[in-house]
Amino acid sequence: MFVKPACGKGGYRAGSTAPSMRHLTPRAEVRAGEGGAVPGTGGTGDGVLSAAGGGSNCLVANDWICGEYLRTRAHDLLDAVGQHLVLTAESVLAGIVVAIPLTLLARRWRPVAGPVLGVTTVLYAIPSLAMFSLLLPVFGLSPSLVVTGLTLYSLTILVRNFLAGLRGVPEDVREAARGMGYGPVRLLLEVELPLALPAVLTGVRIATVSTVALVTVGAIVGYGGLGNLILSGLQSVFKAQVLTASVLCVLIAVVLDLLLLGVQRLLTPWTRAAGQR
Amino acid sequence: MDPGGGAAVSAAAIPGAAIPAAAVPATAIQSASGPEARPLAAGYLGGAWSWLTSSAHWSGDDGVWHRLLEHLAYSGVCLGLALLIALPAGIVLGHLGRFGALAVNLANAGRAVPTLALMSVLVLTPLGNRSDYWPLVIALTLFCLPPILANAYVGMREVDRDVVEAARGLGMTGRQLVFRVELPLARPLVMTGIRAGAVQLVATATLAALVGGGGLGRIITEGFALQSTPQVVAGAVLVAVLALAVEAVFWLAERALDPRRERRARGRGRRG
Repeated sequence: MFVKPACGKGGYRAGSTAPSMRHLTPRAEVRAGEGGAVPGTGGTGDGVLSAAGGGSNCLVANDWICGEYLRTRAHDLLDAVGQHLVLTAESVLAGIVVAIPLTLLARRWRPVAGPVLGVTTVLYAIPSLAMFSLLLPVFGLSPSLVVTGLTLYSLTILVRNFLAGLRGVPEDVREAARGMGYGPVRLLLEVELPLALPAVLTGVRIATVSTVALVTVGAIVGYGGLGNLILSGLQSVFKAQVLTASVLCVLIAVVLDLLLLGVQRLLTPWTRAAGQR
Repeated sequence: MDPGGGAAVSAAAIPGAAIPAAAVPATAIQSASGPEARPLAAGYLGGAWSWLTSSAHWSGDDGVWHRLLEHLAYSGVCLGLALLIALPAGIVLGHLGRFGALAVNLANAGRAVPTLALMSVLVLTPLGNRSDYWPLVIALTLFCLPPILANAYVGMREVDRDVVEAARGLGMTGRQLVFRVELPLARPLVMTGIRAGAVQLVATATLAALVGGGGLGRIITEGFALQSTPQVVAGAVLVAVLALAVEAVFWLAERALDPRRERRARGRGRRG
């Protein structure tokens, strides 16, 4: 369904034509496509629209909501959702893995904190399309390009929340733990981490939700999960595809947010008593 | 524009300008060995540099200056619209102290909606049939609202209740309270919200190119279309520099305009 660029050697050249040539004249194509032809067949590299002839009126009429589309393209939609989830998970997990040492470094040595926060903030200000483009010479057209870009974005949110969480631990508590003979590692794992957990998990939630939204931009290099469907649907004026993929995107974000909220509640039952989130 | 050729031109034309000297021979080898070899990042930086320094790329309807103007026009119009809507709403809601959860949830919900998705849907509505401009403006404005609204609301709410009570005790009306007490005290956070919104706007306006709009993003998408990595990288550098410049300008303006510097530290806003 979505364009899968041949990666590896010369992948950029080989793969990029399909998604990119159309950017030159998207509006022109939109106009041309409005003539009432069956949407989704406008040379987008989509699969054969097998059900178009079989009494699927909403596909022919190009309705926004189309049950026939859901039935006939369920496989493509699931593929895109799968890619979307994998890209999101990889980016957020990589972000967490990098954010943990950065946070601990920034906390251990005060002079490091300023630059770390500064650099991550600057990275966050770079627009997603530019970020992916800047990484293009390094990674070529590959999923790693999208994952790397999104990891850099999630870093900002994660490091800031991790630091805020650790700094929110009362000094008294730390002193008490040290007085009880806790070493630095045990102090971190058994005292500070649990107390910082609400802020840490909030950071993970925010990072996840914004990553789900940003994955769509990966469509520029052909790895955008549902973004691929949105972009190709836009170029062939296929309303059902654009709307369905967009709604699925929001659904993924909401479901992941609720799941993580559930995890947060399970792990930090004490915050519920205080009536906080 | 051929990427390999671009890299070679750069290596010859600007010795040591933006690329480390050691990278120059490597670049030459790279471009000579053909498109099969994996390109060196340094070579493309050189290619991007030569793209940027070529005056032909700056003039005309596809030129950088025109694209920059388009970009700033989108951003300016949308920021104006967002300020007109979100500032009064945030200030009134904050003053009344109501619907706070709504404002914050709106900001959070906005994060979940991909800009690209909203733009694409709007472009395909009847609105998009009539104009290329309004779907993008509406989408961008919607994404600019939450940070401004949420920060204005929180700023108004965080004003010390004792101060508000004292002002009421002095016999101030609601309007006087807003303009003479609450708004001046809420100012740092309000400004932070505006900065966050503006930066986000300039960044997001790049995506307009993906749905057929103008702006600096077009340099990137056209680079993809031409399979010219130097142009893609050059466009990305332009967009990134613009975003960082806007952030810096707003940050400096905030500092310069803030009469009470010491309160600045409070107002670290949420990033959308």
